[in-house]
Amino acid sequence: MVVNKTASELQSLLHSRELSVKELTEATLKNIKETDKSIQAFLTVTESEALAAAEQLDNLSDDQRGGALFGMPIGIKDNIITQGIKTTCASKMLENFVPVYEGTVTEKVKENGMVVVGKLNMDEFAMGSTTEHSAFQKTLNPWDLTRVPGGSSGGSAAAVAAGEVLFSLGTDTGGSVRQPAAFCGVVGMKPTYGRVSRSGLVAFGSSLDQIGPITKTVEDNAMLLGAIAGADYRDASSSEKPVPDFKKSLTGDIKGLKVAVPARYLGEGVQPEVRNAVKKAIGVLESLGAHVDEVDLSYSRYAAPTYYVISSAEASSNLARFDGIRYGYHPADAKNLNEIYLRARSEGFGEEVKKRVLYGTYALSAGHHDDLYERAQRVRALIAQDFQSVFADYDVIVGPTSATNAYKLGETIKDPLTLYANDLLTTPVNLAGIPAISVPCGFAEGLPVGLQIIGNHFEEAMLYKVAHAYEQATEFHKQTPPAQEGN
Amino acid sequence: MNFETIVGLEVHVELKTDTKIFSPAPAHFGAAPNMNIHPTDLAYPGTLPTMNKQAIDFGMKASMALNCDVARVMNFDRKHYFYPDNPKAYQISQEDRPVGANGWIEIEVDGYKKKIRIERVHLEEDAGKLNHSDNGYSLVDLNRQGTPLIEIVTEADIRTPNEAYAFLEKLKAIIQYTGVSDVRMEEGSLRCDANISLRPYGQEQFGTKTELKNLNSFNFVRRGIANEVERQEKMLLAGEKIVQETRRYDEATGQTVLMRIKGSANDYRFINDPDLSDVVIDQDWMDRVRAEIPELPDARKARYVSELDLPAYDAHVLTLTKEMSDFFDETVNAGADAKLASNWLMGEVSAYLNSAGKELGDTPLTPANLASMIKLISDGTISSKIAKKVFKELAENGGDAATIVKEKGLVQISDEGTLRKVIGEILDKNEQSIEDYKNGKDRAVGFLVGQVMKATKGQANPPMVNKLLLDEISKR
Repeated sequence: MVVNKTASELQSLLHSRELSVKELTEATLKNIKETDKSIQAFLTVTESEALAAAEQLDNLSDDQRGGALFGMPIGIKDNIITQGIKTTCASKMLENFVPVYEGTVTEKVKENGMVVVGKLNMDEFAMGSTTEHSAFQKTLNPWDLTRVPGGSSGGSAAAVAAGEVLFSLGTDTGGSVRQPAAFCGVVGMKPTYGRVSRSGLVAFGSSLDQIGPITKTVEDNAMLLGAIAGADYRDASSSEKPVPDFKKSLTGDIKGLKVAVPARYLGEGVQPEVRNAVKKAIGVLESLGAHVDEVDLSYSRYAAPTYYVISSAEASSNLARFDGIRYGYHPADAKNLNEIYLRARSEGFGEEVKKRVLYGTYALSAGHHDDLYERAQRVRALIAQDFQSVFADYDVIVGPTSATNAYKLGETIKDPLTLYANDLLTTPVNLAGIPAISVPCGFAEGLPVGLQIIGNHFEEAMLYKVAHAYEQATEFHKQTPPAQEGN
Repeated sequence: MNFETIVGLEVHVELKTDTKIFSPAPAHFGAAPNMNIHPTDLAYPGTLPTMNKQAIDFGMKASMALNCDVARVMNFDRKHYFYPDNPKAYQISQEDRPVGANGWIEIEVDGYKKKIRIERVHLEEDAGKLNHSDNGYSLVDLNRQGTPLIEIVTEADIRTPNEAYAFLEKLKAIIQYTGVSDVRMEEGSLRCDANISLRPYGQEQFGTKTELKNLNSFNFVRRGIANEVERQEKMLLAGEKIVQETRRYDEATGQTVLMRIKGSANDYRFINDPDLSDVVIDQDWMDRVRAEIPELPDARKARYVSELDLPAYDAHVLTLTKEMSDFFDETVNAGADAKLASNWLMGEVSAYLNSAGKELGDTPLTPANLASMIKLISDGTISSKIAKKVFKELAENGGDAATIVKEKGLVQISDEGTLRKVIGEILDKNEQSIEDYKNGKDRAVGFLVGQVMKATKGQANPPMVNKLLLDEISKR
């Protein structure tokens, strides 16, 4: 079956024209239709647009056809703008919003000959870690349909895990690519802040947000990041740093690599099975010639409050534009301006979003601004410094991506230690603006566990090198969930 | 007057960049509603501001011309408030590190000179416009959204309405010279609010201030401040307290009217805009912009007085706009006498422009043809009176003064023989006048001169006519 093939297998079939892009697209769409009945990863399937694009690609001559991503179907998280295709942010506020312009990453994805097959579910405006805060549907974890796929890029991770697509794009503000990748047993990369243009990404926390690829394998991930990364005049925060050929770093050789393991990352609140899987993974790295030391990242203990203040403050600012006037949810029978504002925002936003907007507005208000927002900025600088002192001596930092395996649907994590451990693991990376990748590293109670590898600014190549070496030394990436078609 | 008047001004100046400050949409006026817009101006989800370097150049240029320190590193901040003309619900402005700070300009008013300090000059984006209709709806036009502005904030250094007027006149001239704005209050490219308070003479602490808006001309600024000072003084003398509030100047009544009371200060929840990185100005950038600043009004004024011997008044009037001053310079460079050129520009030329409702650039008049006309006056080819006819032709149809004079036969008659002949004929016809003159009625000469000028269609050389006329009379 076409849909169970790897990207490189598909690529050689496309290259020899044994398989047309249209055939691949049709098979993909058919598979999505079937699989998504249970997984519910897609909010929009762009059947006609995808088939039209596929036909165009098939008509290209051999020398016009692009590289390794040519013809590959891809799913896009629904907070990434797609021209002419509904972009809802999984919010009632943007339920019928069809963008008039194209985002940078989607433009690049298309330039590389990829076929967008649909838009993926998420927590509303990317706020959440279960995808249950979607206004429209609940996405299920392909490994266990009673569990969440993680979030906020839950649809993006579940679609790849279930074999609906080999490539998807997610967004990561505090762990939203890495944690669902870990929960779903796939590879997810949060690039360095500024590596990928944010033009076309509906902003949540502008100083934290990054778009990142989610794939089955490290190699696929490296290819997709290579395609979407780079400077963009439309995003002043995008970096001019040249984008290396990430595939070149996939050598499997990590001899002499210096690995730091923060003691806190395996401490209280981390599920024992998760801890074991990660410890074993660290053992694998050592067996491949890496040198491992325990380190201290003391300021990370303040990461959670720092993250919530900054991300909510920025969210309150970014989401203020949704006023029901120019686009989005509009209470047509509102009688005056105040009523439009009030009702558009009360009825258009879900509870989690409202909570964060209120919290963020509070944190920026006179009287709290210095105590909350300004202080959080200072702590943020300390957290970033902390990482720099570790990277002075080490190549990468490793630990779990999440403190636990995937939660049950509807389950609220009440254990404060677990909540704390979860925030500790992912949010400091965003606060410091550094890259991190999650790769499958085993199972806890039958559910995937993610190994998080964190690197210094613009060291994605290093992360791919380590993740790839680890992946090739293990079999976890070859396992497929029960929900995947053909199993 | 028992109280000292304290005034600070906030002046918004629209920069005439090609595109908007944070989007690629054109920044020009006159388009149909919502035509000059980009998704960024509508605050479409996923759009990001892009930095217009020309706007930064212009902000730097204005700051330098206003004697400010220009920031080496500047940033942009978000200022939050909900309003339909403000699509992002925040305005991108500069709170922390503005482009310019600690500047001053010198004014001359009522016979004294004074420096007015400028606290800051910051760059920001303008909002859209609301058009309120009669049917209960308000229409949003976002063409203006994102047009670059500088806000110039003075220290509370202004003490009289006349100082405020002089400050604005000078500010307008300086900005206009730098070329970064049209600074036309009637088109909204210059807007001014005034903060006004009173305090007893000798008291250091400022009194409660009110903010005065809707000041649509420099004269209204002057009158508005005067009226508000009067109102506050009356209240204070009656033992009443001034309330911190925003007031509007009503042009019809000349009074200030309450708009809204500012309870506590507005909470704009400023944050550094994460979408725009800090702008770092290196020495090259600084030098390049500084080199683009032309000679400013004060320097020109001084030059006119010291090098061209113009009276200070002439120098002031000529330098009020760069257009006029440039025109004057070029006229003098083309060989015209400086004082004559000044007289003509301040007199006949300005009067013509006023009555025709035109700008200097709208007429075919050029420095070269004005200079050639003035040269004809200087060398006696035409009289000042004839020159007025020539000028009218130049201003309306252009051309060369000498050619006009020749074609229309306007050359001054300075030939003694010709003039004596005409004078003889006039005297023959006006014996009564000769008699009157001889009986001591001097004004009879004026009548006779008039007759000579009439007979020569105004072309006779007036000083010669005077001289020769008396000579001829004495012969009779």
